[in-house]
Amino acid sequence: MNKNDTLLKTLFVGITLCLVCSIIISLTAVGLRDQQKLLKQKDQQSKILSSAGLLTNQKNIEELFMAIEERVINLDTGEYADSLDPKSFDGKNFESEDYSKDPLTSVQLSSDTDISSLKRRENFIKIYFYKENNNIKAVILPVRGLGLWGTLYGYLAIEPDLNTIIGLEYFSHKETPGLGAEVDNPRWKSKWRGKKIRSSSGEFKIEVIKGLVNLESPERKYQVDGLSGATITSRGVSNMLTFWLGELGYAKFLNKLKVEIENEEALNV
Amino acid sequence: MSKAREVLLNPIFNDNPIALQILGICSALAVTTNLYPTLLMCLALTSVLCLSNLFVSIIRNHIPTNVRMIVQITLIASLVVLVDEVLKAYDYETSKTIGVFVALIVTNCIVMGRAEAYAMQNGPWLSFLDGLGNGLGYSLILIIVATIRELFGSGTLFGYEILILTQNGGWYLGNNYMVLSSSSFILIGLFIWLLRSWKVEQIEEPEFQVARNNLETKEAGTRV
Repeated sequence: MNKNDTLLKTLFVGITLCLVCSIIISLTAVGLRDQQKLLKQKDQQSKILSSAGLLTNQKNIEELFMAIEERVINLDTGEYADSLDPKSFDGKNFESEDYSKDPLTSVQLSSDTDISSLKRRENFIKIYFYKENNNIKAVILPVRGLGLWGTLYGYLAIEPDLNTIIGLEYFSHKETPGLGAEVDNPRWKSKWRGKKIRSSSGEFKIEVIKGLVNLESPERKYQVDGLSGATITSRGVSNMLTFWLGELGYAKFLNKLKVEIENEEALNV
Repeated sequence: MSKAREVLLNPIFNDNPIALQILGICSALAVTTNLYPTLLMCLALTSVLCLSNLFVSIIRNHIPTNVRMIVQITLIASLVVLVDEVLKAYDYETSKTIGVFVALIVTNCIVMGRAEAYAMQNGPWLSFLDGLGNGLGYSLILIIVATIRELFGSGTLFGYEILILTQNGGWYLGNNYMVLSSSSFILIGLFIWLLRSWKVEQIEEPEFQVARNNLETKEAGTRV
């Protein structure tokens, strides 16, 4: 028998190798963790800024982000949840997705309300305000929902009238490059600007339609061109807006916020 | 040609891991829609391949034969995790798109194949060069495929517009087939065809001959 094939030697080589490898991996993982976190945070911040059309220069994301105020809200009541510190309120993937897995901090969605295939919805979520001189200039809401291959994660920015869209930006998705992944195309993203969410009677209207928007149609301000070759992704985008801007999403919060903004405006006048 | 040079340069055209051995096709299909992630993927695979060959070769005289594959896989998997972590720390944006394929380098047949076939029998320096050579051979094909796919699929190279797409107001109608993975099969196939027309010795012997369908064999058949 070869001297290497004894039981002792086999165990020795196996155990030493595993120890050495695991030590090296742990050291690298710990050593790079801060750097990784920083990049990830920067990536999300840049998407938040860009959804509100604030991203002008890649270089000073941190500086630009200083103008953003983070607040945690309770989706059930529509109130601010100031007992939760927004700085430490962080999920693993998505801001609060981890909260949606815990039965204590989330609600189960029934199949007829769960149009974006989320399964559960968290009770608390972090949102962002862009303020100038203490006046809200943009409200940035995280949204997510199923596309074709997986969940799309993004931010929807709306104006202080709470009905006009500034932009929709995705920071993570698994859609097909060239087809569904065109949600990242700046040209398509620019089509969202100025679209209205609800009609003047309050009816929910915004949707991604199939094909091009008819520029003469009275509905054009509620419609966005579909992505050609990506019907399911387009439908997913519509569905997630319907869900997140609906009763189970931000509707309660937005109603309260509207009153708040109107009161403030009245005071200022 | 010196031994080292041969070990380094042979895998590029003469013994290309993808074109001749048809190994490592999975990532060649998946990451080649754009050039930039492809380059990072090539870099990741080449570094894993070089280092795994190097380390396997260094400890080759101490590896018990009955657990040698487990030892190789442990080494390869550790290196892959390292590369993945480094990628996440320096290019988060790209790691989001190719992260899963970097993790799958563990199962890339080229890495395991070179460790088992070359590094177990040769010294560290030559094994390192063999890893580098095979990495370059893999990279060559990926870069060719990615260039064609990005140029004709999205009209860009490294994200810079070359052919302006109709949806951006230009004249070029993007070839949607090129952005789908299966187009790589055809491109790799064409590359293999070109390579084998140039280096005829790579053509494999057919495994069997199809009999000609003529009158005699028919008659022979009826007679039996």
